[in-house]
Amino acid sequence: MLRRPGEPLSAPADDRAERGLPIGEAAYPVPFRQGLEYASPVRGTWNIVHTGMLIPGAHEIYVCAAGCLRGVVLTAAEMGAQERFSTVAVREHDLLDGDMEELVIEGVSDIIEKLPKRPPAVLVYTSCVHHFTGCDLDMIYRRLRERYPDIDFTDCYMNPIMRKSGLTPDQLMRARLYAGLHARPIRSDVVSIIGNDFPTDEDSDLMEILRGAGFTVREINSCRTYEEYQEMAESAYYISYYPSAAAGGKILEERLGGRHLYLPYSLDPDEIEANLGKLCEALGIACPDFAEKRAAVKEALAKTLELVGDTPIAIDYTYCPRPLSLARLLLDAGFAVERVYADSFTGEEKEDFAYLKAHYPQLLLFPTIHPKMRWSAQREPSNTLAVGQKAAYFTNTDRFVNIVEGGGMIGYEAILRTLELMRDAYLQPKDMRSLVQIKGWGCEGCL
Amino acid sequence: MKQTARIISTYSADVFGVCSALYELGGMTIMHDASGCNSTYTTHDEPRWYDMESMIYISALSEMEAVMGDDAKLVDDIEAAARDLHPAFIAVAGTPIPTMTGFDFAGTAALIERRTGIPTFGFPTTGMNTYVHGASMALAGWAERFVNEPENAGAGGAQIAVNLLGVTPLDFSVNGTDRSMRAFLEAEGFDVLSVWAMGSTPAQMARAGEAKVNLVVSAVGLGAAKVLRRRFGTPYVVCFPCGKALQREAALALREAAYTGEDLVCLGDGIRRLGDPAERKGAAGAAQTPAGPAPIAVIGEGVTSLGIAAAIEKETGQRADVLCATECGKGILRGGDKMTPDEDDIIPALTGRRVIIADPLYQPICPPEAKFIALPTEAFSGRIWRKDMPDLVSDFGCLAGKL
Repeated sequence: MLRRPGEPLSAPADDRAERGLPIGEAAYPVPFRQGLEYASPVRGTWNIVHTGMLIPGAHEIYVCAAGCLRGVVLTAAEMGAQERFSTVAVREHDLLDGDMEELVIEGVSDIIEKLPKRPPAVLVYTSCVHHFTGCDLDMIYRRLRERYPDIDFTDCYMNPIMRKSGLTPDQLMRARLYAGLHARPIRSDVVSIIGNDFPTDEDSDLMEILRGAGFTVREINSCRTYEEYQEMAESAYYISYYPSAAAGGKILEERLGGRHLYLPYSLDPDEIEANLGKLCEALGIACPDFAEKRAAVKEALAKTLELVGDTPIAIDYTYCPRPLSLARLLLDAGFAVERVYADSFTGEEKEDFAYLKAHYPQLLLFPTIHPKMRWSAQREPSNTLAVGQKAAYFTNTDRFVNIVEGGGMIGYEAILRTLELMRDAYLQPKDMRSLVQIKGWGCEGCL
Repeated sequence: MKQTARIISTYSADVFGVCSALYELGGMTIMHDASGCNSTYTTHDEPRWYDMESMIYISALSEMEAVMGDDAKLVDDIEAAARDLHPAFIAVAGTPIPTMTGFDFAGTAALIERRTGIPTFGFPTTGMNTYVHGASMALAGWAERFVNEPENAGAGGAQIAVNLLGVTPLDFSVNGTDRSMRAFLEAEGFDVLSVWAMGSTPAQMARAGEAKVNLVVSAVGLGAAKVLRRRFGTPYVVCFPCGKALQREAALALREAAYTGEDLVCLGDGIRRLGDPAERKGAAGAAQTPAGPAPIAVIGEGVTSLGIAAAIEKETGQRADVLCATECGKGILRGGDKMTPDEDDIIPALTGRRVIIADPLYQPICPPEAKFIALPTEAFSGRIWRKDMPDLVSDFGCLAGKL
């Protein structure tokens, strides 16, 4: 029976999403019902356009429907990279005519011929429709490589419909970054850190250990030329620490012969030291003593707590891949962490989830994509100290740490730097509304 | 090659047009897609997202649901959200994968409506047309369903009652152009019943059937105009009223249409009946056949670009052609104007132009010898140049002065 517009339905509403769900009552790994999804105005995390642009000189070509092209073409435009970005629009007749392969081959060729300069590499992004039409991608790339033997073609994917089937688009993109590397003789003194959108901080324990042992450390973010990018193939070790990067490391190990080491990002001192110990053992070098670092962390926690006191703290998953690890560190040190914004938790968060559930059952979990989150952003500014852009948006605070995806921090340096940034955020409010809407934090943008 | 773009942007898509058109009407719009569409729309195509609440969601379709035809998941999710959020209506808009799987938009909408009791639309957008197609479809659907039979035919008393059709931020941003169009009509003595769909309440729009005439200011408004014409016999005038001279002509056209009941076009070739062949006229009004391309080219959505071109011709005496990049109704473009949906259509059409007026993201393909006048729109470059999007209805001089 029809109702009048706006008249409420009779069933009771589930309001836990907007009130927050105590972790003591929450299920792991997905605490909230998954259904329709909301997108907040927070834009700092990178997408596949930003990541693909890390390959020096590479040209990106997306072959998709207009609706799918819209977001990526404007990502490129906002980062001022239109010259390295082209599109082939899939239209309805292409779905019916069975000529999808021809569209990709001829469309990509047409664009290459029009480019003012031949790129060393072309990333071709196909999409969900290619998957569903059974498009012969192998044949496409074979033809393109025959036609343009001087170009390294990489098959990339914008197929979010596959996000629950095998590797996620994010994992795939981080892996495909290195598909263009050609096998080279391995140099025992070269290590590559892979899969990060941001370069690893030079002050980190990881970099100090590697540099101290005389290794040449390469990262895609610091490659200025395509040749420098190719030199990553000389690596004896491939190190990943961002969870989405690990799958790519395994692929590199099998293809190019170096050894992959996954040292998962963590903010727990024991786990940090275990990771660094694993690294040192693999490299055959002495593991440094971390007593001073532990003391520095203790001192920094005390200094920060003294400053912020019982200021409510909110953390979100965009800040780093282990928001619960950070929440645990801060809660154990006496901080008033009240909220964690995340829609699900990875396997690496399982232990922290259980720990927090047992020791801090009142910690509130909030989703970010639940439909009711449309109304969950606080209307009045709050005094919350937020760690991460989404936490800042939903708690409506200008006191926030504006970093995404860990920001290149790792190990003890990640803890110390996070605490420093929290102190800075507490003392120096920022224009949250403007900052969180910039797409791709850290990218050179035109907004 | 058709369908390729070496460097230019792509227009907002039909599915986003649905969201934009329905944004202020109290409904819940669901893009039936995997992921990404929601972020794209709310980042680049929706300037109201931060400050004006609206229920725009994505269904988060997965591979398994698509392969197995699990539409029940979508229906359940929509029903659950509707119970929480109490929308005035529900709209499901399609994207490429539902198109491929043969998703039954009408059937699913009927099912959702039966289960929730909430009026529900299924808009079979594909993600492969421009926003004009989707927004027009959405406003037409709303007009079909929610506009009431007129209780007060001839509303406005001595004044002619009019609706403005086809007003979304994709064409007019949030710079006050919608209010300026209303103000222009009111200054000309019209009674503006509603603006579709910015700044009017659903209740005001539901009275649209009382109007004597409708003004279609972008091709987005054509769908609703046709519905209102069929349901209530309301004639419409196609015109984006910018520049004083064109505004005077638009006012005349509205009165003529209200009097004669004919659908009219008022876009630089005088007032003509929709469907009649367009005859280009010189600045003095004398009929003339365009001799080759006009020195000025305006690239963009058809009706708004025609309004700009017409205003240029009237205000400055210089000829201007339109290169229309989006869907446009039949019988609207004039001789010399062209449909140019692809980069390879546009590039040759720019040869020999002295001045090109277009979104800044077109500039890389424009001949360097041509003077480029940037006229950004949300529909092409999104939010990048939002602060530079002018209100040409209240101040056409800001553009004409650059010629």
